[in-house]
Amino acid sequence: MTQSKDFNIVAETGIHARPATLLVQAASKFTSDVTLSYQGKDVNLKSIMGVMSLGVGQGADVTIKAEGDDEEAAIKAIVETMEKEGLAK
Amino acid sequence: MTKNFKGIAASNGVAIAKAYLLVDPELSFEKTVIKDVTAEQARVDDALKASSKDVEIIKTKAEQNLGADEAQVFEAHLMILSDPEMSGAFKQKIADEKVNAEQAVKEVTDTYVSMFEAMTDNAYMQERAADIRDVTKRVMSHLLNVSLPNPALINEPVILVSKDLTPSDTAQLDRQFVKGILTDMGGRTAHASIMARTLEIPAVVGTDVATKEVASGVTVIVDGLTGDVIVDPSAETLAIYEQKATDYLAQRAEWALLKDQQSVSADGKHFTVGANIGAPKDMAAVLNNGAEGVGLYRTEFLYMESDHLPTEDEQFEAYKSVVEQMDGKPVTVRTMDIGGDKHLDYWKLPEEENPFLGYRAIRISLDQTDIFRTQLRALIRASAFGDLWIMFPMIATLAEFRDAKKIYLDERAKLEAAGVVMGDIKLGIMIEIPAAAVLADKFAKEVDFFSIGTNDLIAYTMAADRGNDRVAYLYQPYNPSILRLINNVIKAAHDEGKFVAMCGEMAGDPIAVPLLVGMGLDEFSMSAPSILQTRSLMKKLNTADMKLLAEKALDAETNDEVIALVEATVK
Repeated sequence: MTQSKDFNIVAETGIHARPATLLVQAASKFTSDVTLSYQGKDVNLKSIMGVMSLGVGQGADVTIKAEGDDEEAAIKAIVETMEKEGLAK
Repeated sequence: MTKNFKGIAASNGVAIAKAYLLVDPELSFEKTVIKDVTAEQARVDDALKASSKDVEIIKTKAEQNLGADEAQVFEAHLMILSDPEMSGAFKQKIADEKVNAEQAVKEVTDTYVSMFEAMTDNAYMQERAADIRDVTKRVMSHLLNVSLPNPALINEPVILVSKDLTPSDTAQLDRQFVKGILTDMGGRTAHASIMARTLEIPAVVGTDVATKEVASGVTVIVDGLTGDVIVDPSAETLAIYEQKATDYLAQRAEWALLKDQQSVSADGKHFTVGANIGAPKDMAAVLNNGAEGVGLYRTEFLYMESDHLPTEDEQFEAYKSVVEQMDGKPVTVRTMDIGGDKHLDYWKLPEEENPFLGYRAIRISLDQTDIFRTQLRALIRASAFGDLWIMFPMIATLAEFRDAKKIYLDERAKLEAAGVVMGDIKLGIMIEIPAAAVLADKFAKEVDFFSIGTNDLIAYTMAADRGNDRVAYLYQPYNPSILRLINNVIKAAHDEGKFVAMCGEMAGDPIAVPLLVGMGLDEFSMSAPSILQTRSLMKKLNTADMKLLAEKALDAETNDEVIALVEATVK
């Protein structure tokens, strides 16, 4: 089973700078594969370079998928990070 | 083999230690075909691990010295180093193309750099390209087994040798290990020099040849009193300089006894000797050196060290902290002097051909009055906690002063109406534009005080950029032309019964001090470590003799003639 969740990015800077670092840190804590999808492109959410290369700006609709033993916990942690940092709705 | 050369003496004291070259090493390599893929991939892993270890150390030092915000960039570097996609790409390339690790690292990181650099509408991503380059340099240095220096990695006593020192280099300096500073570029007023004096590290700058003549690990003597540099000295020379270093420390100890005394001349005339500061954190040095006031509080650092325009409350807290710590002694705050060589990331000013002759300081304040009013309100509120004076920088005309004063009075009236408690505030101007120095008699009727900013006054009078080595010879503080301007300002102030201070480098300069005592300057404000030396010098000066000396100097022809006059009179 793959867990997945959609987000609308509200942060003014999009997923750059600190937010990107925080999301990568959150994803890296889990063994599951975690991907970030935006405009038909998938990147590894554990890769800072991958995340930044997408150039996700304010207003973007993104999907986060997790697949593996701890997929549920991974999605939960990412939702928490998004909310705590005011990144997405 | 012993070698000698000379530079500009930029920070007092004598330092003897091994050289640490802060110069990027050669990182070129040949592309080769490899046989053992696993071994080559292991080299990548090792280099990434070693690089992360370096960056962890640099990050910890940055957190201690610069704070968590500034250290965040290194967190990003660490994440890049542990990026699974990137290390995967390195290894893939080694496996697929049988190239050496260096080539794989170069090709992969080049792709990332050009991808991020192509995002031209996104300044943030372009900066990340610089991060990747930084990180790649470090990984490459480990692959090539050469050391990539960084001030944070120093762990033994050294003389730091570099082309120039950037503010981020100096912020990383560990006083415990960096005994001396030696650079190719710069003058007495360069950033590295000012920092060296603040940290009390002996420094010689502007040597042109230091990074060429000095090899890492060789013993170097840096004489910050004379500008002499000796590489690989003989035992005899070493002994002489060890004595000189000891003598200097003994003299400093003697000066330290003057900490709680007033600054008076041999015949008992009192002068105020104050300190220049950039932030509340500079106050420790101010108090340790017995300053009788703060003659210049440069508020632009509040703006430069923030990522947004500092709010009224943020400014108020900073000003209040300084005023309270001075415990009733006067604090002269200069309203922000942004522009020129000082820029803000979050508030872009127009690009200009001649920023030093352009939109800066009071010119911005009078144009964007909201920002100015915020600062004035914070200052007026802080005045309740001590003796606060306000001065406006870069005033050229009376109209500018009158406009600034009008805005000040307007904000004061509003705060008064709101019942805010405030102190009496003296209102003055910086004299750094020759136009104001020449017309000082008119200004003196309207201001409460003057403060002469000699660094800019000299630059504008000589039409020479003090940071430009080719015209550095025109930085002539004792040229009679400069002395006459200063004398004119002092006389104009005193004719109107007004107070006159100086807050440039000259105020703590042992050649200038006797002349300024002779001209009757009221306050001398300088970097804190110069205070006690100046107080000690003043004790030896007789004001009547210095008046005669000043008269001769004002009638001299050249900078050198004035130096000779002072040296012949003051022993």
